[in-house]
Amino acid sequence: MNDLLFARLQMAISLGFHIIFAAIGVAMPVLMVMSERRWRRTGSRVYEEITRRWAKGTAILFAVGAVSGTVLAFELGLLWPRFMEHAGAIIGLPFSLEGFAFFTEAIFLGLYLFGWDRLSPRAHMACGLVVAVSGAASAFFVITANAWMNAPAGFTYDPQTDIFSDINPVAAMFNPAWAPQVVHMLVAAYMATAFGVAGVHALRLLGDPDNAFHRKALSLAMVVAVPAAVIQPLTGDWAAKIVARNQPAKLAALEGQFKTVRGAPLRIGGVPDEDAGVTRWAIEIPHLLSFVAYRDFQAEVLGLEAFPRDDWPPVAMTHIAFQLMVGCGMTMLMVGAWFALACWRKKRVRQNPWLLRALVLCAPLGFLAIEFGWVVTEVGRQPWIIYNIMRTRDAVTPMPGLVGPFAVFTLIYVLLAVVVTMVLMHHIRSAPHMVEENMGG
Amino acid sequence: MVDPAMITATIAFAALTVYALLGGADFGGGVLELVAGGPTKQAQRALIQRAIGPIWEANHVWMILVIVLLFTCFPRAFAAIGIALHIPILLMLVGVVFRGCAFVFRSYGDPNSRSEHLWSRVFSIASLVTPVLLGVIVGTVASGQVHFNEQGVYLSGYLRPWLRPFPWAVGAFALALFTFLAAVYLCVEASEPETRDAIRRRALLSALGVGVTAGLAWLLAVHGAPTLYQKISGSWWTWPVQIATGGVALSAIVALWRRRFLLARTLAVVQVVLILTGYAMGQLPYLVVPDITVASSAAPRITHVLVLAALAGGVVVLFPSLALLYHVFKGESAFAVFDRNGTKPAAPR
Repeated sequence: MNDLLFARLQMAISLGFHIIFAAIGVAMPVLMVMSERRWRRTGSRVYEEITRRWAKGTAILFAVGAVSGTVLAFELGLLWPRFMEHAGAIIGLPFSLEGFAFFTEAIFLGLYLFGWDRLSPRAHMACGLVVAVSGAASAFFVITANAWMNAPAGFTYDPQTDIFSDINPVAAMFNPAWAPQVVHMLVAAYMATAFGVAGVHALRLLGDPDNAFHRKALSLAMVVAVPAAVIQPLTGDWAAKIVARNQPAKLAALEGQFKTVRGAPLRIGGVPDEDAGVTRWAIEIPHLLSFVAYRDFQAEVLGLEAFPRDDWPPVAMTHIAFQLMVGCGMTMLMVGAWFALACWRKKRVRQNPWLLRALVLCAPLGFLAIEFGWVVTEVGRQPWIIYNIMRTRDAVTPMPGLVGPFAVFTLIYVLLAVVVTMVLMHHIRSAPHMVEENMGG
Repeated sequence: MVDPAMITATIAFAALTVYALLGGADFGGGVLELVAGGPTKQAQRALIQRAIGPIWEANHVWMILVIVLLFTCFPRAFAAIGIALHIPILLMLVGVVFRGCAFVFRSYGDPNSRSEHLWSRVFSIASLVTPVLLGVIVGTVASGQVHFNEQGVYLSGYLRPWLRPFPWAVGAFALALFTFLAAVYLCVEASEPETRDAIRRRALLSALGVGVTAGLAWLLAVHGAPTLYQKISGSWWTWPVQIATGGVALSAIVALWRRRFLLARTLAVVQVVLILTGYAMGQLPYLVVPDITVASSAAPRITHVLVLAALAGGVVVLFPSLALLYHVFKGESAFAVFDRNGTKPAAPR
């Protein structure tokens, strides 16, 4: 039992670590290319500096993402061999395609980062564009595999013999959950990274308000951040509807809904008590959950009571993580709207320290939202590793003493987190002071 | 009609070979940093760092491709290896993580701080340890010491199969081979004669190491990997491969000796391809000797067919991209096969 716990913790820490770097690896090239485009068009030295410094930051974070992703590919077999034994043939296809997407990403990132003087400006920017596209493609393929664990499709399973037959990897890849999960995660990656970048430059602007480098970098990041923050609630709403259809127990857990009722309320906050079967101290908006999940204020929402207790995910954790994710997203949306309003009214953002401070506050929120969302989808799927087909406890390796590998990787990831932070802080501190230039020529 | 599983298995072995040729050489570069010395020490290190920088991440993806092919096409074999070799794989991953991270931390960290020196050390040591563990893993898989019963329950324990002499001899062999490859590649890429001579000496020394560790692994295979040994020594069709491997290896040394560096590089590449071909011929149809074969662990046919289609589509993108990468960073000499009289290796721009 403890071995299962440590296997799950190790997987959670590995994924929780990797997802940050993966998200940055997907989104940062987009910012990099946007900045390079402005540099090449205007010849502005400020944008050249932004491009080069963002590229350097990307180089550091991408490498950490690449190695932590390798660890994960092996961990699937090290920790969950029984899962891979059956799932490999069914969802290996998107992983194979992801292999090629990642190949393309690594090759063209190498060309981009080391090819400033060896490629023509046009070719250089094209390389950056290929990195951005293949990064999004990598994410797409991997997320389809995760979506399959939530909404398994493309096979027939016989619980009596434990045999998977009639395997159709294409149907498995395009399972019912793939589209909303892919879109929600991709937008989350752009949103978190853009707010993260914006927050860093906002922090520097607080102490150095006339620095054109930070001012332009901040504006550029917000060009991505604001639309992403506006779109994200809509993609989340779509994802929730698909969860309602495929995983009603997960929906009940993330809403803290214990009873099956018509016209179920949407809860804001609150603490679910699994033993008492109630969610306390929540603000309830009547009928709204029925509407969000089924577009009908009177629709019936299955509560957790409709499922055997054995099949419940950890309710409190799922519900609270969901609330925190939504809270982070809403905060970013409001700050993004504030920024957009300030720009629209032609107010100078740098002269508004409170807006800058709010942007600094948002820097970690996107990544926190990704972590919370990841908890929602992974913990909310428990006790299943393949929803309604295979239980997590049946997938774990027979090797004893899993506390050992867990301790090793936890130490490594803590160490890496500290070092990456130090390297990035050095990188950020060494940014130059630049003055506004005459862009006439 | 050819069994598609046999084709995907062959492609997985081919991808492993390419990984040894490219990713392996990047590890070898790290080892050469560790043993860099003499008056050109700094120049050697700079050369290695310049050679690896733009390409190591792309080279690393070959490892991921092998793993993905294994778990998609032969999921039972992947599960078996994941269970039996948990500990050496874990240790190898620690090496993979530290090698990659140390390389970027060194390249992008604060150049004035002492940490740059520390990360150089970590990079070199991780580059030394990882190939050994990779060899240990391959050696254990080939050794026939990993047993499962009829129900798929693992029987052989988590330490005993890989804590034996044969896997570690394979580990030492992998280390020597990767170092040799790196040194031979760097002879082509070096622009200053003194640096090149220093690297050439190391290439010749590591060639000696390749010979010694190969002999050791061969001797230990008699008891350490009997299935592999009997198949390689007992089948007439493996001997041409063995003889060719020996011949090419010796020719590579002669070419190095006579400073025909491009030719030496070509021969070293052919040598590694032959070594892995011989290994594959000795091991197939087993994926994990002696209980798991290509056929017994293969995914359903449809998976193989789709993966082959994905591979066909993938290489159309991949090969031109790789060619561009090497062309941009390694110049004209990237694809040269042998030395023409009077041509000097291209100096890096």
